[in-house]
Amino acid sequence: MARKLLFEHIDKPGIRGLEGYRANGGYRSVEKALRTMSPDAVLEEVKKSGLRGRGGAGFPTGMKWSFLAKPEGVPRYLVVNADESEPGTFKDRYLMERIPHILVEGMITSSFALGAKTSYVYVRGEYFYVARILEQAIAEARAAGWLGKNILGSGFDHDIHVQVGAGAYICGEETALLESLEGKRGNPRIKPPFPAVKGLYDCPTVVNNVETIAAVVPIVNDGGEEYAKIGIGKSTGTKLISAGGNIKRPGVYEIDLGITCDEFINSDEYCGGVDGRAFKAVVPGGSSVPIVPYELFLKTPTGENRLMTYESLSEGGFAQGTMMGSGGFYAYNDAQCIVRSTWNHARFYHHESCGQCSPCREGTGWLDKVLERLEHGEGRMEDIDLLWDIQRKIEGNTICPLGDAAAWPVASAIRHFRDEFEYHVTHREKVKDPKHFAREPFRKSAKFATA
Amino acid sequence: MSARTRPITTTEGTKPFAFSETALAECRELIARYPEGRSKSALIPILHIAQAENDGWLSVNAMDAVAHLMGLRHIEVYEVASFYSMFNLHPVGTYVLDVCRTTPCMLRGSDELIHHLEKKLGIHAGETTKDGMFTLKAVECLGSCGSGPMLQCGAGYHEDLTIEKVDALIEELRARNQRTNYTDR
Amino acid sequence: MPKVTIDGISIEVPDGTTILQAARMIGERDKADRHVVPPAMCYYTSLKTSGGYCRTCIVKVTKGSDKDPRPMPKPVASCRTAVMDGMEVANTTDPTLIDARNGVVEMLLINHPLDCPICDQAGECHLQDLSYENGKAASRYEFERRTFDPIDIGDTIKLHMTRCILCYRCVKVAEQLTDGRVHGVINRGDVAEISTYISQAIENDFSGNMIDVCPVGALTDKTFRFASRVWFTKPVDAHRNCENPKCSGNVVLWLKGNEVLRVTGRKDQWGEVESFICNTCRFDKKDVHAWTVEGPRKIDRHSVISQGHYQLKREQPLLASPAPNVPELAKRKELKDR
Ligand SMILES: Cc1cc2nc3c(=O)[nH]c(=O)nc-3n(C[C@H](O)[C@H](O)[C@H](O)COP(=O)(O)O)c2cc1C
Ligand code: SF4
Ligand code: SF4
Ligand code: FES
Ligand code: FES
Repeated sequence: MARKLLFEHIDKPGIRGLEGYRANGGYRSVEKALRTMSPDAVLEEVKKSGLRGRGGAGFPTGMKWSFLAKPEGVPRYLVVNADESEPGTFKDRYLMERIPHILVEGMITSSFALGAKTSYVYVRGEYFYVARILEQAIAEARAAGWLGKNILGSGFDHDIHVQVGAGAYICGEETALLESLEGKRGNPRIKPPFPAVKGLYDCPTVVNNVETIAAVVPIVNDGGEEYAKIGIGKSTGTKLISAGGNIKRPGVYEIDLGITCDEFINSDEYCGGVDGRAFKAVVPGGSSVPIVPYELFLKTPTGENRLMTYESLSEGGFAQGTMMGSGGFYAYNDAQCIVRSTWNHARFYHHESCGQCSPCREGTGWLDKVLERLEHGEGRMEDIDLLWDIQRKIEGNTICPLGDAAAWPVASAIRHFRDEFEYHVTHREKVKDPKHFAREPFRKSAKFATA
Repeated sequence: MSARTRPITTTEGTKPFAFSETALAECRELIARYPEGRSKSALIPILHIAQAENDGWLSVNAMDAVAHLMGLRHIEVYEVASFYSMFNLHPVGTYVLDVCRTTPCMLRGSDELIHHLEKKLGIHAGETTKDGMFTLKAVECLGSCGSGPMLQCGAGYHEDLTIEKVDALIEELRARNQRTNYTDR
Repeated sequence: MPKVTIDGISIEVPDGTTILQAARMIGERDKADRHVVPPAMCYYTSLKTSGGYCRTCIVKVTKGSDKDPRPMPKPVASCRTAVMDGMEVANTTDPTLIDARNGVVEMLLINHPLDCPICDQAGECHLQDLSYENGKAASRYEFERRTFDPIDIGDTIKLHMTRCILCYRCVKVAEQLTDGRVHGVINRGDVAEISTYISQAIENDFSGNMIDVCPVGALTDKTFRFASRVWFTKPVDAHRNCENPKCSGNVVLWLKGNEVLRVTGRKDQWGEVESFICNTCRFDKKDVHAWTVEGPRKIDRHSVISQGHYQLKREQPLLASPAPNVPELAKRKELKDR
């Protein structure tokens, strides 16, 4: 079994409390950084580790940190993104609930590197009880001197605040999150300026995902080089994957980047294979990434084994690849209907569009409505091309990536499962039964089986 | 309206609102938490408190009280309250059942769960039972996708639901008959 | 001074100039080059932080700058993107961009009512101009359009939310020109709306300017005397010595004979008012003798009003087969989503 970096001690008794956490080596990274390292030395280790943002985009964390503007006399902020609303993703909740101190520790160490005296963790409103757990951990850390003035006599002051949202997927987008943290509607900002220059309260700000910040702990403890030994190429370290859908063993797994997709989905250490008759399709990185047929998840277009890395998952580009995204993995068995799932995705984005820019505000609703009628056996052949055209007109033309995220699932579903969409027009009566494929799985037409 | 029913935009027929002493103290603590001139940051947490103190929804009276407390224009509060899906802008039942309907939960049977609840409670998603006990809401992903189908009621998550489990939950809640809020400890 | 080239035409502009502003400078230099100017439905020069929302002004940056010549991967909003030295931009010369912009226009129209013939803004509506010039009017959208009842916000302004394109201009006017914003955007996504939430009048010395900045017929002047088509009225430039120090007193009077039908600000060739006026000038001074008339107003804009046609150019629907049976869907719709 591979070594765990974030979850090594997750099953130890009392790990949720400061005492149990400390007994298992907790807060060593703070001691090491504040006592023996300069902020730049911490940044250097993060750069060496090759750590990439775990929130979805996979942007190199060291590089992001080095972009932070440092004007004299202006405060800087670290904001941790615990909005976790990407469908399929529940890893951050699991981590914060089970081992909250690793996030607190990561925030102190990271803030030291960034020179931030205050940091915020923005927790989605539905996770109110998780926010309470974090508040408890922060209070413990404060009482023990890990937070406050002159931490460990180093002269570094730091405090952390927990902020709750109130139900809006878009607040996971970093500038919408900052708006929400300022007490406003979660409308993404128009960039530039980027948060690194003008973020929270117009001050330079780094926004990172929960898992990214937690990963700073082992990186500082063991050194960036040690971290980079795990993984392949530019996908270093471990990654939390939250697995759901029609698999035998749903849950959150810490994997070494670089294991094969086959191992992940079929071995008993992870998903444990299909729950049902056979796998049909996979969404490996949260609802915003392209859906791929099961076979294309296992093998790249050139026939090689696909690996759980940023690069391998996207091999084949948009037409034949997908993305690592946030690690919100879910698999479909053959009782599932792709059109229904695509409609469900579209309805989600329709519901979550902030409504600021016209292509997303209007286009997401249009997709939802056309897909709804297709799924209910009331569509027409032309609807499929219409859907293609609508998604194309949203993608790339919006203020924030939610527009793209709404377009991709539709595009990929049509690309890979067009025959299933056609079936919904040719078999209108059949698909009016909401469980249409549960009784009899959809069979690929000859045209598609060979394509 | 596709996303929600029309908000109640009048004070007529709604009761007056005043924060309790404990809530007021909590709000003041929240306001003091942010840097000078940035206290608007406390708006969302304070709206949560106001909602919990106003039978689970934000009436115009409740929002105006928040505006007054924070020194904000009323419209600033309405704009924010109406953006976020956890804020109810019309009265709700003693229990709000937020059932997740998003794709990963759908793969695990959320459509059937919602349908069952609609039948059992005799209401459609978005409505409140006549006795004022339950409001059923179909909501988007709650970050519990591996343990779907699931629902949230107050602060608590109820996961890996089956028809039997949800029936038992409903009975238990009905017997307890005590409001739950997201802010419950 | 950075040099930027738009559709092959170059100009040097001050630092920090946006692509849209640079394009307008080219258009002002030589009217024949006006085609380089992207349409702008939400940007408004005199309103800070405006722009970025409607996406009609998108352009393709084919060369980032001399320093970094890489093209930008996606179309950018020209109203919010500053030029760089050596930047090259395509506005009308790139078919993919034209296609993308037509897409944006189509999106703006899918929920817009097709009631131009009865809309008070007909003839001076920017959306009407836009759809006339950029594409096919919402012919492929077969679902029920979003509707709202018109409401009075005070004695002088009417809000037809159904026509609103959520450009945020009126919100910025209220924020930046008046001393107390009471309206804003409520709800989110495609049910977002301009609203006061509670029933309330917008009372303020400068609130009338919201009417002038509104690109469509969503905010209209209730004191406009007759439901008269604008092209039957005669616009003249006029001014008065306004007591309000923030008001320029420079207006356009829309006359029928000697009767003042309405008073508006003076709009430049890009459809933006030159200076904002107060509500007294706009709503209360309906006697031509209160004004010094300067002479006829030249309508310079390339627009429907100057061309005399006001009906939306409408194409045949692209879809051949009959529309599906939707009552069933409507019923389902009612069941969910609440
Ligand atoms: C619509 C949308 C939703 C997002 N939701 C989340 C989220 O829930 N959690 C998260 O960490 N990042 C989310 N992101 C990504 C953030 O914008 C941002 O890139 C991330 O927080 C940066 O952290 P990282 O570099 O550590 O990944 C979202 C982005 C978009 C466009
Ligand atoms: S793309 Fe959608 S979510 Fe993003 S700013 Fe535009 S309307 Fe809002
Ligand atoms: S009412 Fe007019 S000015 Fe205001 S947002 Fe709508 S379209 Fe823009
Ligand atoms: S999809 Fe239901 S909790 Fe995520
Ligand atoms: S004018 Fe530029 S986005 Fe609207």
